[in-house]
Amino acid sequence: MKFLTALLAGALFGSGLLLSRMCDPQRVLAFLDVAGHWNPALAFTMGGAILVAAPAFLYVRRRHTNLLGESTELPDRFKISGPLVAGSAIFGIGWGLSGICPGPGLLLLTGGSVQSLVFVGAVIAGSLALRFMPSGKQA
Amino acid sequence: MTADLWKSLFGGMLIGTGAAALLLLNGRVAGISGILENTVRGVVGEQGWRLAFLGGLVLPAAIVGLGPIEFSRGLPLLAASGMLVGFGTRLGSGCTSGHGVCGLANLSPRSLVATLTFMIIAVATVFIVRHGALL
Repeated sequence: MKFLTALLAGALFGSGLLLSRMCDPQRVLAFLDVAGHWNPALAFTMGGAILVAAPAFLYVRRRHTNLLGESTELPDRFKISGPLVAGSAIFGIGWGLSGICPGPGLLLLTGGSVQSLVFVGAVIAGSLALRFMPSGKQA
Repeated sequence: MTADLWKSLFGGMLIGTGAAALLLLNGRVAGISGILENTVRGVVGEQGWRLAFLGGLVLPAAIVGLGPIEFSRGLPLLAASGMLVGFGTRLGSGCTSGHGVCGLANLSPRSLVATLTFMIIAVATVFIVRHGALL
Protein backbone atom coordinates (compact mmCIF):
# COMPACT_ATOMS: atom_id res chain seq x y z
CA MET A 1 0.00 0.00 0.00
CA LYS A 2 2.74 2.50 0.99
CA PHE A 3 4.61 1.50 -2.15
CA LEU A 4 1.61 2.16 -4.40
CA THR A 5 0.61 5.49 -2.82
CA ALA A 6 4.22 6.72 -3.09
CA LEU A 7 4.33 5.60 -6.73
CA LEU A 8 1.10 7.49 -7.42
CA ALA A 9 2.34 10.61 -5.61
CA GLY A 10 5.59 10.49 -7.57
CA ALA A 11 3.74 10.08 -10.86
CA LEU A 12 1.53 13.10 -10.10
CA PHE A 13 4.60 15.16 -9.19
CA GLY A 14 6.46 14.01 -12.31
CA SER A 15 3.47 14.75 -14.57
CA GLY A 16 3.38 18.26 -13.15
CA LEU A 17 7.07 18.84 -13.84
CA LEU A 18 6.49 17.60 -17.38
CA LEU A 19 3.32 19.63 -18.06
CA SER A 20 4.87 22.82 -16.68
CA ARG A 21 8.05 22.00 -18.64
CA MET A 22 10.19 22.68 -15.59
CA CYS A 23 12.39 19.82 -16.83
CA ASP A 24 13.69 22.17 -19.54
CA PRO A 25 16.74 23.97 -18.14
CA GLN A 26 16.20 26.89 -20.54
CA ARG A 27 12.78 27.58 -19.09
CA VAL A 28 14.13 27.69 -15.55
CA LEU A 29 17.05 29.89 -16.61
CA ALA A 30 14.57 32.21 -18.37
CA PHE A 31 12.86 32.71 -15.00
CA LEU A 32 16.13 33.28 -13.16
CA ASP A 33 17.37 35.71 -15.84
CA VAL A 34 15.57 38.82 -14.63
CA ALA A 35 17.71 41.07 -16.83
CA GLY A 36 17.00 39.12 -20.02
CA HIS A 37 13.76 37.91 -21.64
CA TRP A 38 12.15 37.15 -18.28
CA ASN A 39 9.67 34.26 -18.26
CA PRO A 40 7.41 34.14 -15.17
CA ALA A 41 6.35 30.50 -15.74
CA LEU A 42 8.23 29.10 -12.74
CA ALA A 43 6.39 31.44 -10.37
CA PHE A 44 3.03 30.17 -11.67
CA THR A 45 4.17 26.58 -11.26
CA MET A 46 5.46 27.09 -7.74
CA GLY A 47 2.44 29.14 -6.76
CA GLY A 48 0.02 26.50 -8.08
CA ALA A 49 1.90 23.75 -6.25
CA ILE A 50 1.97 25.64 -2.95
CA LEU A 51 -1.75 26.55 -3.12
CA VAL A 52 -2.78 22.94 -3.69
CA ALA A 53 -0.42 21.44 -1.11
CA ALA A 54 -1.14 23.99 1.64
CA PRO A 55 -4.48 22.48 2.84
CA ALA A 56 -2.83 19.05 3.16
CA PHE A 57 -0.07 20.54 5.32
CA LEU A 58 -2.62 22.45 7.39
CA TYR A 59 -4.51 19.20 8.03
CA VAL A 60 -1.38 17.36 9.19
CA ARG A 61 -0.10 20.34 11.20
CA ARG A 62 -3.36 20.51 13.15
CA ARG A 63 -3.98 16.79 13.67
CA HIS A 64 -0.45 15.34 13.75
CA THR A 65 -1.78 12.44 11.69
CA ASN A 66 -2.19 11.77 7.99
CA LEU A 67 -5.50 10.91 6.27
CA LEU A 68 -5.14 7.29 7.34
CA GLY A 69 -4.86 8.28 10.99
CA GLU A 70 -1.15 7.43 11.19
CA SER A 71 0.99 9.59 13.44
CA THR A 72 2.76 12.18 11.23
CA GLU A 73 5.26 14.82 12.30
CA LEU A 74 6.28 17.67 10.01
CA PRO A 75 9.81 19.14 9.86
CA ASP A 76 10.71 22.02 12.17
CA ARG A 77 9.34 25.30 10.81
CA PHE A 78 11.32 27.84 12.76
CA LYS A 79 14.99 26.86 13.13
CA ILE A 80 17.03 29.24 10.99
CA SER A 81 20.71 28.28 11.10
CA GLY A 82 24.03 28.91 9.38
CA PRO A 83 23.97 25.59 7.51
CA LEU A 84 20.43 26.33 6.29
CA VAL A 85 21.48 29.63 4.72
CA ALA A 86 24.94 28.47 3.54
CA GLY A 87 23.55 25.27 2.03
CA SER A 88 20.74 27.13 0.27
CA ALA A 89 23.23 29.67 -1.11
CA ILE A 90 25.49 26.89 -2.44
CA PHE A 91 22.45 25.22 -3.99
CA GLY A 92 21.49 28.55 -5.57
CA ILE A 93 24.88 28.84 -7.30
CA GLY A 94 24.59 25.29 -8.67
CA TRP A 95 20.99 25.82 -9.78
CA GLY A 96 21.86 29.10 -11.48
CA LEU A 97 24.78 27.53 -13.38
CA SER A 98 22.68 24.84 -15.08
CA GLY A 99 19.00 25.66 -14.51
CA ILE A 100 18.54 22.13 -13.14
CA CYS A 101 17.44 21.16 -9.63
CA PRO A 102 17.16 17.58 -8.30
CA GLY A 103 13.61 16.67 -9.48
CA PRO A 104 14.00 17.86 -13.09
CA GLY A 105 17.49 16.33 -13.09
CA LEU A 106 15.98 12.90 -12.47
CA LEU A 107 13.38 13.45 -15.21
CA LEU A 108 16.17 14.37 -17.63
CA LEU A 109 17.75 10.94 -17.03
CA THR A 110 14.90 9.38 -19.03
CA GLY A 111 16.29 11.09 -22.15
CA GLY A 112 19.48 9.05 -21.70
CA SER A 113 21.78 12.01 -22.37
CA VAL A 114 25.36 12.10 -21.13
CA GLN A 115 24.60 15.54 -19.70
CA SER A 116 21.84 14.23 -17.44
CA LEU A 117 24.02 11.33 -16.26
CA VAL A 118 26.88 13.68 -15.39
CA PHE A 119 24.55 16.08 -13.60
CA VAL A 120 22.71 13.49 -11.49
CA GLY A 121 25.95 11.62 -10.77
CA ALA A 122 27.44 14.87 -9.49
CA VAL A 123 24.33 15.61 -7.37
CA ILE A 124 24.68 12.20 -5.71
CA ALA A 125 28.43 12.69 -5.19
CA GLY A 126 27.85 16.16 -3.75
CA SER A 127 25.16 15.00 -1.34
CA LEU A 128 27.24 12.05 -0.14
CA ALA A 129 30.31 14.32 0.24
CA LEU A 130 28.64 16.08 3.15
CA ARG A 131 28.43 12.77 5.02
CA PHE A 132 32.18 12.27 4.78
CA MET A 133 33.10 15.69 6.10
CA PRO A 134 34.21 15.66 9.73
CA SER A 135 31.80 18.43 10.69
CA GLY A 136 29.21 17.50 8.10
CA LYS A 137 26.02 18.56 9.79
CA GLN A 138 22.75 19.34 8.12
CA ALA A 139 20.73 22.43 8.79
CA MET B 1 -3.08 34.81 -19.46
CA THR B 2 -1.34 32.83 -22.17
CA ALA B 3 -1.81 29.09 -22.75
CA ASP B 4 1.79 28.61 -21.70
CA LEU B 5 1.21 30.16 -18.29
CA TRP B 6 -1.98 28.12 -17.77
CA LYS B 7 0.06 24.99 -18.45
CA SER B 8 2.65 26.16 -15.94
CA LEU B 9 -0.09 26.75 -13.36
CA PHE B 10 -1.84 23.41 -13.95
CA GLY B 11 1.51 21.64 -13.93
CA GLY B 12 2.21 23.28 -10.59
CA MET B 13 -1.16 22.15 -9.27
CA LEU B 14 -0.30 18.57 -10.27
CA ILE B 15 3.01 18.91 -8.41
CA GLY B 16 1.09 20.16 -5.37
CA THR B 17 -1.35 17.23 -5.66
CA GLY B 18 1.58 14.81 -5.68
CA ALA B 19 3.09 16.49 -2.61
CA ALA B 20 -0.30 16.44 -0.85
CA ALA B 21 -0.83 12.76 -1.71
CA LEU B 22 2.57 11.76 -0.32
CA LEU B 23 1.87 13.69 2.88
CA LEU B 24 -1.73 12.55 3.37
CA LEU B 25 -1.24 8.89 2.42
CA ASN B 26 2.38 8.19 3.34
CA GLY B 27 2.94 10.85 5.99
CA ARG B 28 6.06 12.01 4.16
CA VAL B 29 7.32 15.30 2.78
CA ALA B 30 8.08 15.30 -0.97
CA GLY B 31 11.62 16.67 -0.74
CA ILE B 32 13.36 15.18 -3.72
CA SER B 33 17.00 15.87 -2.71
CA GLY B 34 16.49 14.07 0.61
CA ILE B 35 14.55 11.19 -0.93
CA LEU B 36 17.30 10.75 -3.54
CA GLU B 37 20.13 10.79 -1.00
CA ASN B 38 18.42 8.31 1.30
CA THR B 39 17.64 6.02 -1.61
CA VAL B 40 21.22 5.89 -2.90
CA ARG B 41 22.35 5.11 0.66
CA GLY B 42 19.94 2.18 0.63
CA VAL B 43 17.51 3.81 3.07
CA VAL B 44 14.40 3.23 0.96
CA GLY B 45 11.89 3.46 3.81
CA GLU B 46 8.88 1.32 4.67
CA GLN B 47 7.86 -0.84 1.71
CA GLY B 48 10.48 1.00 -0.34
CA TRP B 49 8.34 4.15 -0.56
CA ARG B 50 11.30 6.33 -1.52
CA LEU B 51 12.18 4.10 -4.45
CA ALA B 52 8.51 3.99 -5.47
CA PHE B 53 8.22 7.79 -5.35
CA LEU B 54 11.33 8.26 -7.50
CA GLY B 55 10.11 5.59 -9.92
CA GLY B 56 6.74 7.32 -10.18
CA LEU B 57 8.46 10.67 -10.64
CA VAL B 58 10.31 9.63 -13.79
CA LEU B 59 7.52 7.37 -15.13
CA PRO B 60 5.50 10.02 -17.04
CA ALA B 61 8.64 11.34 -18.76
CA ALA B 62 9.72 7.78 -19.57
CA ILE B 63 6.33 7.09 -21.17
CA VAL B 64 5.59 10.27 -23.12
CA GLY B 65 9.12 11.59 -23.54
CA LEU B 66 10.74 14.79 -22.35
CA GLY B 67 9.95 17.04 -25.28
CA PRO B 68 12.48 19.62 -26.42
CA ILE B 69 15.32 19.96 -23.92
CA GLU B 70 18.38 22.13 -24.23
CA PHE B 71 21.40 21.96 -21.96
CA SER B 72 23.13 25.29 -22.15
CA ARG B 73 26.50 24.27 -20.78
CA GLY B 74 29.21 21.71 -21.30
CA LEU B 75 29.90 18.68 -19.14
CA PRO B 76 32.45 20.25 -16.75
CA LEU B 77 29.97 22.98 -15.83
CA LEU B 78 27.13 20.48 -15.43
CA ALA B 79 29.36 18.41 -13.13
CA ALA B 80 30.23 21.45 -11.04
CA SER B 81 26.58 22.50 -10.95
CA GLY B 82 25.48 19.04 -9.85
CA MET B 83 28.09 18.89 -7.08
CA LEU B 84 26.97 22.27 -5.72
CA VAL B 85 23.28 21.28 -5.98
CA GLY B 86 23.89 17.97 -4.18
CA PHE B 87 26.09 19.39 -1.45
CA GLY B 88 24.05 22.57 -0.94
CA THR B 89 20.66 20.90 -0.76
CA ARG B 90 21.89 18.41 1.83
CA LEU B 91 23.65 21.06 3.94
CA GLY B 92 20.52 23.23 3.74
CA SER B 93 18.18 20.23 4.20
CA GLY B 94 16.06 20.87 1.14
CA CYS B 95 15.72 21.97 -2.45
CA THR B 96 13.02 23.51 -4.66
CA SER B 97 10.57 20.74 -3.72
CA GLY B 98 11.31 20.32 0.00
CA HIS B 99 11.69 24.00 0.94
CA GLY B 100 10.21 25.75 -2.12
CA VAL B 101 6.97 23.78 -2.46
CA CYS B 102 6.39 21.74 0.72
CA GLY B 103 8.01 24.12 3.20
CA LEU B 104 6.19 27.17 1.88
CA ALA B 105 2.92 25.20 1.74
CA ASN B 106 3.55 24.42 5.42
CA LEU B 107 3.95 28.18 6.09
CA SER B 108 7.45 27.58 7.40
CA PRO B 109 9.61 30.69 8.02
CA ARG B 110 12.65 28.38 7.91
CA SER B 111 11.78 27.26 4.38
CA LEU B 112 10.99 30.84 3.38
CA VAL B 113 14.53 31.88 4.36
CA ALA B 114 15.97 28.89 2.46
CA THR B 115 13.84 29.57 -0.64
CA LEU B 116 14.59 33.30 -0.74
CA THR B 117 18.29 32.50 -0.31
CA PHE B 118 18.55 30.01 -3.16
CA MET B 119 16.32 32.11 -5.44
CA ILE B 120 18.31 35.32 -4.94
CA ILE B 121 21.67 33.54 -5.28
CA ALA B 122 20.48 31.68 -8.41
CA VAL B 123 19.28 34.96 -9.97
CA ALA B 124 22.63 36.57 -9.12
CA THR B 125 24.51 33.60 -10.59
CA VAL B 126 22.56 33.76 -13.86
CA PHE B 127 23.10 37.51 -13.99
CA ILE B 128 26.87 37.15 -13.60
CA VAL B 129 27.10 34.30 -16.13
CA ARG B 130 24.86 35.90 -18.78
CA HIS B 131 25.37 39.59 -18.33
CA GLY B 132 28.57 39.90 -16.34
CA ALA B 133 32.12 39.84 -17.56
CA LEU B 134 32.54 36.16 -16.66
CA LEU B 135 32.53 33.33 -19.24
